[in-house]
Amino acid sequence: MKSDHQAQASSDGPIVQLTGVNKHYGALHVLNDINLEVTKGEVVVILGPSGSGKSTLCRAINRLETIDEGTIKIDGKTLPEEGKALANLRADVGMVFQSFNLFAHKSILENVTLGPIKVKGMKKDEAKNLAMQLLERVGVANQAGKLPAQLSGGQQQRVAIARALAMKPKVMLFDEPTSALDPEMINEVLDTMVGLAKEGMTMLVVTHEMGFARKAADRVIFMADGQIVEQAAPEEFFTNPKSDRAKDFLGKLITNH
Amino acid sequence: MENYLSIFTEYDIPGAFWVNIQLTFWAAIGALVLGTILALLRISPVGSFQAIGTSYVNLIRNTPLTIIILFCVLALYGQLGFVLSSDFQNNFFRLAVLGLAVYHAAFVCEAIRSGVNTVPLGQAEAARAIGLSFLPAARMVILPQAFRGAIVPLGNTLIALIKNSTVAAVGSVATESSSVMKTMIEFRADIVIPIFLTFAVGFVIIVIPVGLLTTWASKKLAVAR
Repeated sequence: MKSDHQAQASSDGPIVQLTGVNKHYGALHVLNDINLEVTKGEVVVILGPSGSGKSTLCRAINRLETIDEGTIKIDGKTLPEEGKALANLRADVGMVFQSFNLFAHKSILENVTLGPIKVKGMKKDEAKNLAMQLLERVGVANQAGKLPAQLSGGQQQRVAIARALAMKPKVMLFDEPTSALDPEMINEVLDTMVGLAKEGMTMLVVTHEMGFARKAADRVIFMADGQIVEQAAPEEFFTNPKSDRAKDFLGKLITNH
Repeated sequence: MENYLSIFTEYDIPGAFWVNIQLTFWAAIGALVLGTILALLRISPVGSFQAIGTSYVNLIRNTPLTIIILFCVLALYGQLGFVLSSDFQNNFFRLAVLGLAVYHAAFVCEAIRSGVNTVPLGQAEAARAIGLSFLPAARMVILPQAFRGAIVPLGNTLIALIKNSTVAAVGSVATESSSVMKTMIEFRADIVIPIFLTFAVGFVIIVIPVGLLTTWASKKLAVAR
């Protein structure tokens, strides 16, 4: 479902490229020689058991986690270590967190306009129009004046998606976006994400939602013990996993449901 | 009783308290500005900035206020000729404000830092993720929430500052309340205890509203999460 939206590609190379990435937490080798490319418009879902390093991988891509070795490139540019250059690069990478992380003291509208106004220098009226369009799109425009704590978890997460989209990112990272949600709110967030995927957004999604992986992913990456164990198209992965680790993981899912 | 009441006509007691309030006002502004800068240094990602902030706090917070104000008057002004006003009395007033601000900035810094600790790490991560660098993220996301979380400790610092403004007496600010009280006691040894009580009650009256206000504000302005 990616192919017809690749027309405006600024470069032919991958949007995200990780080469030989390693990270240790003390004795724990949390990222073990990770090589990964995400091309424009591609939706990559990362699956794996807890502690397999999938969230760390996701967070390393906009340097919320540092890495010990290897290189990470966003649209051909190596991730800077700090300062203004890093901030600029992060502005191109949307991030959606497990715990939403909306700015608690700012209204829903201000949450979405802050980045465009302060980082991109957009005029206030223009930013407000953009924000209202995005809030409309994720279905929470009628909550624009409220504070985050007044919204449900599902609504907050959709605002978080709108906040990230307002920066017109080249790629969106989702770090377990539905894991903190009540079951009845998971679908409203997943539907928003499926919509984004259909529109051609480049996405890297860490999740436990197998349904989303089947429905929206172009490629599934299975991680265990800090390594990429297997990658395949979703149908292939779910029906015919190659590695024992993946078979074991999928087997446990099925017995639980 | 008449004997006691006469001190109110002989001495300008409200005026003496007014000097303390003025000392407090200017020192509070200075301490808030300096303390915020120190807090920024201490939470900054740059190690050397953190070290500067930490050193300041450890040096100043652990030095008696009396010594800091004496330093301002005897060393800065007396020895080094550092003058803050051409008016002789006003110069002492401003040197005392400087000493009070420098001293209380260390406490303001720590109060703000305790406020920063009330802000979940995810707030800073979200700010960084939309491309805000350290200072804009601190100014627009972290500090506004940190101040709201720090109202009670900041209020405590203000209360300490109000009372500590009497230490300006050692800095030759002769018009502030404890200096006036000392003079009164010298001349009216017959009513020493009523004089003490007068000044004690005066400070209680000034300080109580501050405590009530901070309690009210900390509830009113709490960040809903």
